[in-house]
Amino acid sequence: MSESAINASAGIALPDPLREPWSDIARQREAATFGMWLFLMSEMLFFGAVFMAFSFTRALNVAEFQHAARHTEIVYGAPNTFVLVTSSLAMTIAVRAANIANRRLCARLLGATAILGFVFLVIKGLEYKDDLEHHLYPTLHFALGHNATQIFWAFYWIMTGIHAFHLTVGVGLVSRLTWLVHRNQLSLRSPQLEVTSLYWHLVDAFWIVLFPVLYVMGRG
Amino acid sequence: MTDAIASFGDAEPSREHEETGSYLESHGGGLSEWLLTTDHKRIAILYALLVTFFFFIGGTAATLIRLELFSPTATFLTDDGYNRVFTVHGIVMVWFFLVPLIPTTLGNFLLPLMIGAPDVAFPKLNLASWYLTLIGGLFVLGATLMGGVDTGWTFYPPYSTVYSNSNVAIAVLGVIIAGFGTIATGVNFVTTTHTLRCPGMTWFRLPLMVWGLYTVSLVMILATPVLAMTLVLVVADRWFGLPVFDGFRGGDPVLFQHLFWFYSHPAVYIMILPAFGVVSEVIACFARRRVFGYAAMVYAMLAIAIIGFAVWGHHMFVAGQSTFANLVFSFLTFIIAVPSAIKVFNWTATLYRGQITFEAPMLYTLGFVGLFTVGGMTGLFLASIPVDIQVTGTYFVIAHFHYVMVGGAVSAYFAGLHFWWPKITGRLYPESWARFAAYLMFFGFNFTFFPQFILGYLGMPRRYHVYPPEFHTWNVMSSTGAVVLAAAYLMPLFYLGWSLVYGQASPANPWNATGLEWKTTSPPPKHNFATMPIVDEDPYNYHDVRIGPEAERRDIDSVRAAPGLTPNNGRRSP
Amino acid sequence: MNTVLFMPRSASTIAPRTDGLYLALVAISAAILVLVFALIVIFAYRYRRGSAAPRGALPTLLQHEVEIGWTTATVFAFLFFFWWAGANEVPELLPPRTATEIHVVAKQWMWKVQHPNGVREIDMLHVPIGEPARLVMTSQDVIHSFSVPDFRIKSDILPGRYVEIWFEPTEIGTFRLFCTQFCGTAHSAMTGSIVVMSKPDFAKWLQSRPGGGDFVAQGRELFVSLGCAGCHTPGGPVHAPDFDGLFGRRVPLASGRFVLVDDAWIRDCILGHSTADPPAGYPPIMPSFKGEVDDGQILALTAYVRSLSPQTGATR
Ligand code: HEA
Ligand code: HEA
Ligand code: HEC
Ligand code: CUA
Ligand SMILES: [Cu+2]
Repeated sequence: MSESAINASAGIALPDPLREPWSDIARQREAATFGMWLFLMSEMLFFGAVFMAFSFTRALNVAEFQHAARHTEIVYGAPNTFVLVTSSLAMTIAVRAANIANRRLCARLLGATAILGFVFLVIKGLEYKDDLEHHLYPTLHFALGHNATQIFWAFYWIMTGIHAFHLTVGVGLVSRLTWLVHRNQLSLRSPQLEVTSLYWHLVDAFWIVLFPVLYVMGRG
Repeated sequence: MTDAIASFGDAEPSREHEETGSYLESHGGGLSEWLLTTDHKRIAILYALLVTFFFFIGGTAATLIRLELFSPTATFLTDDGYNRVFTVHGIVMVWFFLVPLIPTTLGNFLLPLMIGAPDVAFPKLNLASWYLTLIGGLFVLGATLMGGVDTGWTFYPPYSTVYSNSNVAIAVLGVIIAGFGTIATGVNFVTTTHTLRCPGMTWFRLPLMVWGLYTVSLVMILATPVLAMTLVLVVADRWFGLPVFDGFRGGDPVLFQHLFWFYSHPAVYIMILPAFGVVSEVIACFARRRVFGYAAMVYAMLAIAIIGFAVWGHHMFVAGQSTFANLVFSFLTFIIAVPSAIKVFNWTATLYRGQITFEAPMLYTLGFVGLFTVGGMTGLFLASIPVDIQVTGTYFVIAHFHYVMVGGAVSAYFAGLHFWWPKITGRLYPESWARFAAYLMFFGFNFTFFPQFILGYLGMPRRYHVYPPEFHTWNVMSSTGAVVLAAAYLMPLFYLGWSLVYGQASPANPWNATGLEWKTTSPPPKHNFATMPIVDEDPYNYHDVRIGPEAERRDIDSVRAAPGLTPNNGRRSP
Repeated sequence: MNTVLFMPRSASTIAPRTDGLYLALVAISAAILVLVFALIVIFAYRYRRGSAAPRGALPTLLQHEVEIGWTTATVFAFLFFFWWAGANEVPELLPPRTATEIHVVAKQWMWKVQHPNGVREIDMLHVPIGEPARLVMTSQDVIHSFSVPDFRIKSDILPGRYVEIWFEPTEIGTFRLFCTQFCGTAHSAMTGSIVVMSKPDFAKWLQSRPGGGDFVAQGRELFVSLGCAGCHTPGGPVHAPDFDGLFGRRVPLASGRFVLVDDAWIRDCILGHSTADPPAGYPPIMPSFKGEVDDGQILALTAYVRSLSPQTGATR
């Protein structure tokens, strides 16, 4: 079923995805994607800075960092990685579905993406709870003593926290898109789909880097 | 941010009706017509109001600093009071005045006009940037009103993370928020330049102003996130007691300095690159010549933007860096002199065989070239390690950066403001007042800041509330100069404000300049051009390459020579 | 304040070198400024609108050559300055071996100084003329910076870390010491003086100071009371390094690196940093004394260990 047919059957006039200052939708999509890539470059440097800080401090305190990393909960980290990778896959298919104008499939996969993102956050929340119970928050009652293991754990909280924040934003954006696509209120040609998927993949990619750095490197 | 990119323009049905009136014309929407506008020209005005406001906050702080330093002992400020004043001066002047200054005001207004586009690529995002800057600014103001911040604009830990009892975190959050506004502006401008150039506007036909905005946007996109993350780490340390920068718990305070300067050195080029753009436009127009070595100017800007990312260590020559690192950073810093020299010499050479006139924009521009050269050359003093050891942390550094930032970037901004004032407002400003202000600013500036070079080599430390008596004479000079400078900065406020009401209406191209922005009416209509412009010539086509420029009369002269007006002066005759 | 100064006093061996470079930079900057200004003024006058000067096109060949010309000129100028600045810096790096070692502890907002024989001063530092002094500095709180403009020296002082700086005074007198890294409320009051005395005067001054006592003896007492002697005694129950003649030597570490046994290394060992990479051939069992000893005690212990290596240490 073509998109216009869906629109006609739903009886809803779709807002025209073309926006100022554009005169042509293809060009507009190109620009939106380009802009998103620029933003992602910026985000990479944002995360890059904290990875730099992490590596720099790690190089000064290798033993402590290795010791500290053994206390991360890989039981949560590993499945979470799986959840997030799956969500990215769903996102990719959702965009493909939009390209071939399959609105139903697109809405379902967007929904799946959002739910998987949410599941990740829930698991992460459980992990945080465990961490706190084990006194792995680097203040006075820190479990591993008064030394550079604290820095590892400081980075752990900061990095996973910032990642979770990004993911929360992502879940919000994808949920909104799911709703709009489902309710037939967004043209499948809108650049929003592609742009949001880029963002989602980037947040996913950060986790792919975070995971080995925080969970695996100390265990090797 | 994603959302803003993704859903730009949702609220506005596009192309409903084509207005013919100027962008300033009201449609009866009152204030919200401005506060919710997505027109790049109106957003430019919003930004102009915002940065002017912050300039006066920063300027008031500067006035307090200089008044206090009239005397070597404490007079009307306490130690803590003084520390708070220079901190708010630095934070406000850097992040809420100079970084946004040219890109978001002149740049926002001109970029689409200069490349023949109806607007920037993401108009909604553009408005969002303004709000981010505004909110960031309110945080900083709030922090100041709630008792101030006392870390200096550099926020060095562990002072900022553990020891300071001031509102560091709030101010830092303000800077982070404004930083995302800057990134958004950068994304917007780069995308606009890539995708919205009108037919015939090839990369090497772009005015140098556009190149300036383009390079600066790249630097904004790549440098600002590092600052944001660094400051997030500061907030984490401060609020949650984390030890990332705590030397006593295995962290490293010097790491902060690396990250901070990795941003802040490129940031100084964020301040100067658009100024280069403005100056190139003005100098070509008033010399009536093509810019000398256009391609070299473009490559020089790109080179400055790129090398600028590799020199941050020159702020840390005495911070315990290894000697090898010091030498490498010193070498890389010296390299920056080469593209800068190309620019200075090319501007000078543009004057050669011109038909030069000296209206206010040109005076500001010539002032820029001189003051930037002084500031830049003293940058090379700082890049020489033994000399830097003597003068780092002293007034020599203060003088260096005020020369490049105030004498350089701010002068360029004033040049651009006067140059494009008729285009932006549709009014001519009173020329003789403007010239007087330009001279006064140049004089007052040197009077204020030149003595600080001498103070610096003598060893007077910066951020000093009280100082030994042997530095008194030079400080009195500097403070006296600051009074003159303050007067010079207040003048434009009055005569430009006056011109809004009483100024003569401006023709479309008062300076007889090249460039698409002059091809539309003054002030431009909402969608910039009645018909899509097409470019078929090189930039700065002021004269046939084979013969030099002819002396010609400007529109502005003929307007001003019209009956009822005294020549060269916008005031009505009695 | 009556005389208007342009240059600070030149009171150390480093000062004239820095001044030379500085004045050369002033000279060449002035020359370049004059060049740029003169060109602007000449062009502005000669090519003002409507003047009779001929205009016409620029010969393209000339255009290129000029561009290349000034680019190369700038490159050479900067290479020259880089070489000079670098060459000037390198010899300043290492203090002469005979330098007296003085400990400086910076804290908000004062300077605490300790001479090798244990004499302490606050916000003052007395030194003899013509003798190199090496300052080993640390901070107890935030970052400070030790700056003596008349000597052209400066160094940041970091918390939890030791940094070094050295100078050789060449003029008798009192010189200002500033803190040049912002450190909080009374940053501008964190000043002091360096008093340079003739050698006999200095010797007399040192004698007259109380509290000097026998620093090394203090260290020896600590060495016993803290239990160092329990291990570091030749022929004792534990296989631990022997300190006779150790100070100033390079010793191999288990990892294959070499380390110079100096103040910083001894401090590291006492604070337990050596166990990660102990001296070759010893078990990594030395306990950390972090938190048990304060800075002053570390200095005393160091002085004692140094005194066991007469040729390099004890005389100082
Ligand atoms: C607009 C802002 C701006 C600009 C453009 C510059 C430009 C330069 N800066 Fe500056 N700088 C600052 C703003 C800026 N700076 C600020 C804010 C600080 C202090 C921050 C703080 O601590 O609070 C600072 C501090 C600073 C330091 C650290 C000082 C210290 O704290 O110890 C150094 C050291 O190398 C330095 C060097 C340079 C150099 C080499 C350039 C070069 O780009 C200059 C290049 C230009 C020229 C060289 C002139 C033109 C060339 C010619 C006419 C040709 C002739 C030349 C030769 C023959 C060599 N700057
Ligand atoms: C764009 C950046 C910018 C600009 C424009 C300025 C403008 C000025 N600055 Fe600023 N300055 C910095 C950036 C800037 N500065 C930075 C980054 C620092 C470092 C801070 C730190 O160490 O952390 C600094 C530090 C600094 C110091 C050193 C303080 C110290 O280390 O102790 C001094 C001292 O003279 C100074 C002076 C001035 C003066 C006289 C002006 C003048 O040009 C300002 C002139 C303008 C006005 C005066 C406004 C118009 C007049 C009024 C609003 C009248 C006010 C009316 C009443 C009070 C009645 N500045
Ligand atoms: C438990 C026994 C023990 C005690 C107590 C002890 N040390 Fe050690 N020390 C060692 C051993 C073993 C080594 C070599 C391996 C290592 O560094 O861990 C060593 C190494 C050193 C070194 C490095 C020597 C070299 O060859 O480079 C210094 C300096 C030192 N100790 C000083 C001290 C001081 C000062 C104290 C007292 C405050 C002290 N030690 C207490 C066992 C001890
Ligand atoms: Cu100590 Cu400033
Ligand atoms: Cu810099």
